[in-house]
Amino acid sequence: MSGAPAPQAATAAAIAAQVRSGALKAVDVVEQHLARIDAREGEIHAFNLVMADQARAAAAAIDARVAAGEQVGPLAGVPIALKDNMCTRGVPTTCSSKILDGWRPPYDATVVTKLAEAGAIVIGKTNLDEFAMGSSTENSGFGPTRNPHDTSRVPGGSSGGSAAAVAAGFSAVSLGSDTGGSIRQPAALCGVVGVKPTYGYVSRYGLIAFASSLDQIGPFATTVEDAALVLDAIGGHDAHDSTSIPESHPSLVDVLDRGVEGLRVGRITDLPEGADPDVVERLEAAFDALRAAGATIVDVEVPAFGYALTAYYLIAPAEASSNLARFDGVRFGLRVDSPDTNSMYSATRAAGFGEEVKRRIMLGTYALSAGYYDAYYGRALKVRKLIHDDFARAYQSADVLLTPTSPTVAFPFGAKGDNPLAMYLCDLYTIPTNLAGHPGMSVPFGTGADGLPVGVQILAGTLDEPTMFRVGAALERAAASEGSRP
Amino acid sequence: MSQATSTPAPGAVQVRTDREVHDDALHADRLLEGGWELIVGLEVHVELDTATKLFSASPNRFGDDPNTNIDPVTLGLPGALPVLNKHAVELAMRIGAALNCTIQACTFHRKNYFYPDMPKAYQISQYDQPLNVDGFLDLPNGVRIGVERAHLEEDTGKSTHVGGSGGRIHGSDYSLIDFNRAGVPLVEIVSRPDIRTSEEARQYVTELRAILVAVGASDAKMEEGSMRCDANVSVHKPGTPFGTRCEIKNVNSVRSLGRAIDYEARRQIAMIEAGETVRQETRHWDENDGRTHTLRTKEDADDYRYFLEPDLVPLEPSAQWIAEVREALPLLPGARRARLGELTAMAPDSEAIMVVVERGQDEYVEAVGHLGGDIGRAVVHVKEAFAEQGSEPAVPATDLALLTKLEVSGKLTATQAKTVLAELVANGGGDAEAIAAAKGFEAMDTSALEAMVDQAIAAQPDAWAKYCAGEGKAMGALVGAVMKASQGKADGKIVTALLEQKKG
Repeated sequence: MSGAPAPQAATAAAIAAQVRSGALKAVDVVEQHLARIDAREGEIHAFNLVMADQARAAAAAIDARVAAGEQVGPLAGVPIALKDNMCTRGVPTTCSSKILDGWRPPYDATVVTKLAEAGAIVIGKTNLDEFAMGSSTENSGFGPTRNPHDTSRVPGGSSGGSAAAVAAGFSAVSLGSDTGGSIRQPAALCGVVGVKPTYGYVSRYGLIAFASSLDQIGPFATTVEDAALVLDAIGGHDAHDSTSIPESHPSLVDVLDRGVEGLRVGRITDLPEGADPDVVERLEAAFDALRAAGATIVDVEVPAFGYALTAYYLIAPAEASSNLARFDGVRFGLRVDSPDTNSMYSATRAAGFGEEVKRRIMLGTYALSAGYYDAYYGRALKVRKLIHDDFARAYQSADVLLTPTSPTVAFPFGAKGDNPLAMYLCDLYTIPTNLAGHPGMSVPFGTGADGLPVGVQILAGTLDEPTMFRVGAALERAAASEGSRP
Repeated sequence: MSQATSTPAPGAVQVRTDREVHDDALHADRLLEGGWELIVGLEVHVELDTATKLFSASPNRFGDDPNTNIDPVTLGLPGALPVLNKHAVELAMRIGAALNCTIQACTFHRKNYFYPDMPKAYQISQYDQPLNVDGFLDLPNGVRIGVERAHLEEDTGKSTHVGGSGGRIHGSDYSLIDFNRAGVPLVEIVSRPDIRTSEEARQYVTELRAILVAVGASDAKMEEGSMRCDANVSVHKPGTPFGTRCEIKNVNSVRSLGRAIDYEARRQIAMIEAGETVRQETRHWDENDGRTHTLRTKEDADDYRYFLEPDLVPLEPSAQWIAEVREALPLLPGARRARLGELTAMAPDSEAIMVVVERGQDEYVEAVGHLGGDIGRAVVHVKEAFAEQGSEPAVPATDLALLTKLEVSGKLTATQAKTVLAELVANGGGDAEAIAAAKGFEAMDTSALEAMVDQAIAAQPDAWAKYCAGEGKAMGALVGAVMKASQGKADGKIVTALLEQKKG
């Protein structure tokens, strides 16, 4: 246990500015972060792999380029942690699954290439719920990650390692992936900013798929500006991902100080109940803060919101059952030898996958099977369309919507371990946006029970990240002035 | 074939289109012994002749060292994503256009099943919205075979099972997998069950192959596996519903296709006549014992759990692109045969025209015609003597044109023309007139010929009497005598004409 606050680390924006000017050496930045990792990683277990040597070498290269007067990117010298479901050439990439233990991809994910071009320094690969299936990081095949704010509690998930790494100051920023809330929920529980962009905003090439039509990579950061900086660096069209959006995106860093005057902030009147009172209280405070900053609060209805969880737990497992079929022991990863091919498949997958992964593969296989498709997967797709249409209608009268990110603050280990359905409810408020393909972000907004962080979720329409970030920045300013009050 | 596809209600007037009546006439003599009718539909897979694979930049090349044309997408490595090859789409559209299909907006699905040479454990294919639908292919004799669909999909890798028997996975010691073929673009062309004889099945595949080659979509070589054919075979009595079908796999040549269908039809008929029931199943053609064997029954068929491929977006070819593809199509074999048939007044499915068009020598033949040559003679000569010449024969068209001119003007007999033609082929061309002169092929003048005819009549009075009495057979002896006397220089046609004249 212990409520040790995260060490006050420099922001990515500050680091990059000083490294570019030569005022700060990237190698020193990396050493500071490695020192923090040394001090607390044993307790937190944010990482599956700390890439100390590679990070030092990359930092030295950045410093050399600065010394040579070369242009370095907007994230020059910024230590970043990657969720361990993003492929890194020659570096183990596991999805926190025993089935991939020791596998080294022969290629880099597009985001990894873009981060390198931006001058960022990958400091390690972070822990996750196996194959990103979970909301607490307890489903990792390599042991859970602990919440830096209270190590008796979970960091959320599935990107718990990436959230914890930023909260603990192990890296200035990090990347996660969000299929049903896997960036926003741990961001809320760890008191950091987390963004799920519009589907197609960031390339998925090299992201090991959980549910392809829902997965999206996004940043964790201590500030909204840092999140914008990272998203600006990793966003944009990628010829390797057919679902990546062809249009170029405006810079998000540029919109942060535009304020929220005149913006319509929607309150979903038919939002499913289930959030704890401390969380609801912080949401109300957020509405008040935005009203005070000049926004108008409007009531909207999103009737299909409440059906999202059910639809999600058919669609996501269905896609997962297909995506995870390639882990068959034939070409890579674990193989448990057996007398014939079919028993080799069974033995390998039985030994390699954890319980939650198996549960979802079975769920999805069933939902897609002949005779059940129409009743389950087919119907879920219809609900998905309704959700999309309901949101689209809501965005005609509101620019953004505000909801809780997580129904609760960080919960203790094992609290939901025996009950998958209770765990699934963690994503009650985050899942609908994934089904709609819209962007969403969680911004820390004070604390709730036991002094633990509470996040507020901002949702926006397709590609309306600029408005979402303006509201995020406004909430961040409000939280700061609230916190500075005696 | 309305008769075969539906049983009319008693007393109902069966309305048949001209096409159906025509097709029925062309399907004549199709019934098997015992009054059974064969019903065949074919599924043909063809590898597209693209530089790279359907969803990645790896080379699409046959015969390279194993596992050299691979990449993360081909191997289905975690995190890899497919990107559709535009050229493959274009070639698939050409196939659709050539098969008279509607080319439409379409989607890709995942077909899920485990097999070691299937890297992702699913094949990206097209399911309920294929690129090409509702087309047809006309056989050379005019029978129209419906094409239900022609869709894009990716090929699998190739397994080699070592040890055990028969190269099958069961009982083998180990298996080797070559992923070079994985991800190679395929078009699967599914015919309607309109084929009624094994001969028609062979004609369909032969004609399809000619079309695929003509549009540049594929080299379509069955022996190299760039064209593969599965046959759905059933039998029934005309006027009754179709029988239960079996799918025959592992047919590796047009000849095997015919054999496999004939065998399978006999097997099914024998079962039904013995009071047994044909089970719906997939059967494996064994080239060595000439039989089909059960591969898997319907009960243990995979549930493919098709669903929309989330890693790809819908493919929506613009109307302009579709129009461009249709306009850019070359003249297809059927149209080329029809044109040559018209120019020569021969049947489009006559052997000479079939052969000449198949060899791609029809343009050459037409050039001979344009140069004043006789196109009918040219077709026959090219068919007979140009088997090794390819689509651009070495003999200049002007040389062949001259030869045919000498022939039709009576300056050379058919026999002499053949000899001169052999010289032209051997030398890659030449002056037919000079060759004829060198060989002493002087055209005989009619008076000399008349004298020979008179001689022949005088020498064979019996034959002459019979000839005059109208016994056609007797003519042979008289003409033969003249030919002998002229040492083959006489033109048979002129000799016949002289005999007719003298008969009065």
